[in-house]
Amino acid sequence: MATAVTPEAVEKVVFDALPQFGAEPSEISREASFEDLDVDSLDLAELSQIIEDEFGVQLKGDDVGKIKTVGDAVDMVVSRAG
Amino acid sequence: MGRPEHAVALVTGASKGIGSAIAKALAADGWHVAVNYRSDETGAKATVAAIEGAGGTAAVLEADVADGAVDQLFARAEEALGGPVLALVNNAGVRADNLAVQIDDADWDTVLNTNLSAAFRLTKRSLKPMLKARYGRIVNIASVVGPRANAGQANYAAAKAGLIGMTKTVSHEVARRGITVNAVAPGFIETDMTRDLLDGVVKSIPARRAGQPDEVAAAVRFLASDDAAYVTGTTLFVDGGMSA
Repeated sequence: MATAVTPEAVEKVVFDALPQFGAEPSEISREASFEDLDVDSLDLAELSQIIEDEFGVQLKGDDVGKIKTVGDAVDMVVSRAG
Repeated sequence: MGRPEHAVALVTGASKGIGSAIAKALAADGWHVAVNYRSDETGAKATVAAIEGAGGTAAVLEADVADGAVDQLFARAEEALGGPVLALVNNAGVRADNLAVQIDDADWDTVLNTNLSAAFRLTKRSLKPMLKARYGRIVNIASVVGPRANAGQANYAAAKAGLIGMTKTVSHEVARRGITVNAVAPGFIETDMTRDLLDGVVKSIPARRAGQPDEVAAAVRFLASDDAAYVTGTTLFVDGGMSA
């Protein structure tokens, strides 16, 4: 059963996942850009998979291309679920 | 990093010939092998029996890889063998030979769909468990036909050359995750699929003989092993020197 999509729940999953891609936990915030966190396109593809497994929300390649910051990712998942 | 325990190798088209030999070789190397077949249940069961007889672990997996139901295929493989698919050997292939002027749309589509599109769909799906495990081995069975011409096989050559191109690009995308993607390109190997072609071509092979399925399987076994962790994006020709 997929977890209910709320901004807080998505933010927690994204924040928890990012360190496994090498992001420094102290630098993770909604405003942080993936580029600054050194999170690359393959990392984002994996993050999309984690989000899909957790929330049942599928992000397409086009969507992922538009995401620049952590906040963008959270907002996009919430909007796709709506 | 070494291969995780209970790792499953999925070999498509493994009921006979090269695929069966690959399944046996990987099982001998400790992989738990999903022996996929489309129609030859007897051959697939014989492959599994041979593996089990040698002390290995394997299960038959009936599916037409061209039908696109890859999630179900992976779920069944992982359920039957109790581990994640961390090796994929895209071996299933078909031929529908004719001169280009006589290849109809159906024969073009069938060969491209089974030999290339199905391999892509399986590759894409296999990357899920492999990325999670930070470990994976993908081996695409290409052919000396593709890199080289072979009159009467424009569809087959296009699919096999496509496999090599796909191999190279996917290898770059996932190399930093401990996943290797390689191709093995057999020359003329003595199987049911090639027996009708062999007579005319042996003289053109530098080794002056057809290859055996086990000789292709040995190359796949190496590429799937931990010894080959730094080998990715390459095509290993097993062809008696034909492509040299």
